[in-house]
Amino acid sequence: MTSFWLHPSLILFVGALLLLVVPARLRKGYLILIPVLVFARILTLPSVPEGQELLLGKVDFLSWKLVFGRVDRLSNVFGYIMSLMCLLGTLYGLHVKNRVEHMAAWIYVGGSIGCIYAGDFITLFLFWELMAFSSVFLIWFRGRRESLGAGYRYLLVHVFGGLALLGGMVWHCNAHGSWAFNQLDVHHATPAIYLIMIGFILNAAVPPLHAWLPDAYGEATFNGSVFMCAFTTKTAVYALCRGFAGMEILVPLGVIMALYGVVYAVLENDCRRLLAYHIISQVGYMVAGVGLGTAMAINGACAHAFAHILYKGLLFMGCGAVLHMTGESKFTELGGLWKKMPWTFVFTLIGGLSISAFPLFSGFVSKSMIVTAGFEEHKLWVGYLLLLASAGTFLHTGLKVPYFIWFGKNKPKQETWDRAAEPPWNMNAAMLVASALCIFIGCYTPYLYKMLPHPEVAAEYHPYTAYHVFETLQILLFTGLGFFLLIKKLVPDPTISLDMDWFYRKGGRAFYWLAKYPVQRVDTFIGELYRYAGLIPLMLTAKVSGLFDNYVIDGAVDGFAESFRGIGRRLRFAQRGQMQQNLAFAFAVAAALIVAFLLFTKSPIAVLPVGMHLPGAQLSQPALQPAGQVLTTQ
Amino acid sequence: MNLVKLIEFLRNHLKAVVRLCCVVLALVVLLAAIPAIVDKQEAHTEIEHWPAFWAVFGFVGCVLIIIVSKWFGHAGIMVREDYYEDTRNGSAIPKEHHD
Repeated sequence: MTSFWLHPSLILFVGALLLLVVPARLRKGYLILIPVLVFARILTLPSVPEGQELLLGKVDFLSWKLVFGRVDRLSNVFGYIMSLMCLLGTLYGLHVKNRVEHMAAWIYVGGSIGCIYAGDFITLFLFWELMAFSSVFLIWFRGRRESLGAGYRYLLVHVFGGLALLGGMVWHCNAHGSWAFNQLDVHHATPAIYLIMIGFILNAAVPPLHAWLPDAYGEATFNGSVFMCAFTTKTAVYALCRGFAGMEILVPLGVIMALYGVVYAVLENDCRRLLAYHIISQVGYMVAGVGLGTAMAINGACAHAFAHILYKGLLFMGCGAVLHMTGESKFTELGGLWKKMPWTFVFTLIGGLSISAFPLFSGFVSKSMIVTAGFEEHKLWVGYLLLLASAGTFLHTGLKVPYFIWFGKNKPKQETWDRAAEPPWNMNAAMLVASALCIFIGCYTPYLYKMLPHPEVAAEYHPYTAYHVFETLQILLFTGLGFFLLIKKLVPDPTISLDMDWFYRKGGRAFYWLAKYPVQRVDTFIGELYRYAGLIPLMLTAKVSGLFDNYVIDGAVDGFAESFRGIGRRLRFAQRGQMQQNLAFAFAVAAALIVAFLLFTKSPIAVLPVGMHLPGAQLSQPALQPAGQVLTTQ
Repeated sequence: MNLVKLIEFLRNHLKAVVRLCCVVLALVVLLAAIPAIVDKQEAHTEIEHWPAFWAVFGFVGCVLIIIVSKWFGHAGIMVREDYYEDTRNGSAIPKEHHD
């Protein structure tokens, strides 16, 4: 049975295709219209009570029952924020003339939304791979040599993750006889479940499978990163929430992520790579929340993903605006831009305060749920280490990024300074809306909390207690004190940091070296061996054959021809002058030859198939009895 | 532009701004220590009852993150920017050509 259900992703896919034929004067309106329609479509999806789900868009394909529209509270909260971010991201890049870049971004978002509403593993995998293969164009379109390499690395790593996911899901589904994508039995995890988990955590950028993230996001186009920072990792968080709630190994992995990103952010000189490391850090909170698996923790993971998409998008918009307007993203090439780009500074600062979980900003009401869940589960180390990572977040994203771009003692090059200016209106508008949402979520908690998968648990949680506010203020303000006291140590160096991508980047070189030297030498040796052992004897044989052909075969043929020519020459004199005599003589010879042939051959016609007769056989039958017997036997 | 003027004003009165920040820091620690304002029943462990515990936590945490990260970076993780470049290819990297 197949039922039609207007999938939100379908609007994006069709919209992306039609973008090619939309006239230039209508393009900006069209670019806004499609994300608005997608957002509206998601708002019109049915609201489902906690613990229930609606299965829509069911399609029978071969022997599989595909579900394109599994609607429940978990999918709705992610669908809502993804479609909202699609609108903001498109508004931000509204002036980009490259239509294919918009198409790639929309297909990428469509892939993400498709994963979120997928009810089975096959549909999930389909959209999962679509995300990887469409988002890579957002890296390549930057047009630098480095972007090309980063894009290929991104693709290869994601193909590896996709294969792990595919292997795991086929194994798991064959064992269980169902392709439905629901909560897995994480307390009795099989190798198949671990394979699926590897596929998911690679997209969530969990170390050691994380290095693709700063590599790719630092090299993407200025608005490509705005899309990328929101969708891949958060779709993975959704998938983990759906299938791996309570998977204990995710708790230490999440905490390691949260701190790992902070450490690398200290060393980073490129502002967008720094933000990318802080994605790893922030997704660490969500992964830890999924690992804790309680209602509070899952609420926290979803709320933090929701808030994170907005503030991280805002931060990438701010740094993307700097890159777009100045052509630079390295701290060592920037500084003092407050005079040229003051509003971009304010918006980026709001993003920085939100990610740092300052009271009245979005991170405060979302991150604290996960920390509280850790303490409630009596995992004190989780709570304290996540709070430590929170200090690191403010240190870099709240202080280092704004300070070294808009203030600092560094003077940019004259060319950079001359280029610097406030970005176009659409970029400012996108940043303004994202900033407003960050503050709104931080101030009015019911807006977010009512959307969470466990609304009753969320309603009982109150982030604005005096203890929590003062705890956060003390941590963050004294982190600020530490920053200004140790600012000399934090002055960025023009370096890059080695990360896990070293293994495949250098490993790739080792592979080339292996191909170029040892493998090529073996290939040359085998080639020579072939030449001496195969080709030379073959040539000799050919030469001998040629000689045989020339002297023996050709000699025999020429000899025969010469003999026949001699006979013909002699027979020439035997012919009569009259045609009738010649014909009579020829027929006589032919008749004599036939008679001789029939007389001296035992069964010459027995080889003929049934029903076939020699011409004239019946006529000669009475005179040729022995041969006639042969003929009548047929 | 008003925003530029505001930032310029704050920069011109940097000492006052720094003093104000110090006052805010002290005020936050003091207020947090007053039980009538901050109820420490929510504390997760006994150590959190100590005055200025979270202030020390934030400051020490920040210093530790900076020192440990820098040590880690200088232990061979931070390398020159052209580390992954193919040195045999001397062509200049094209600049951004985004529209």
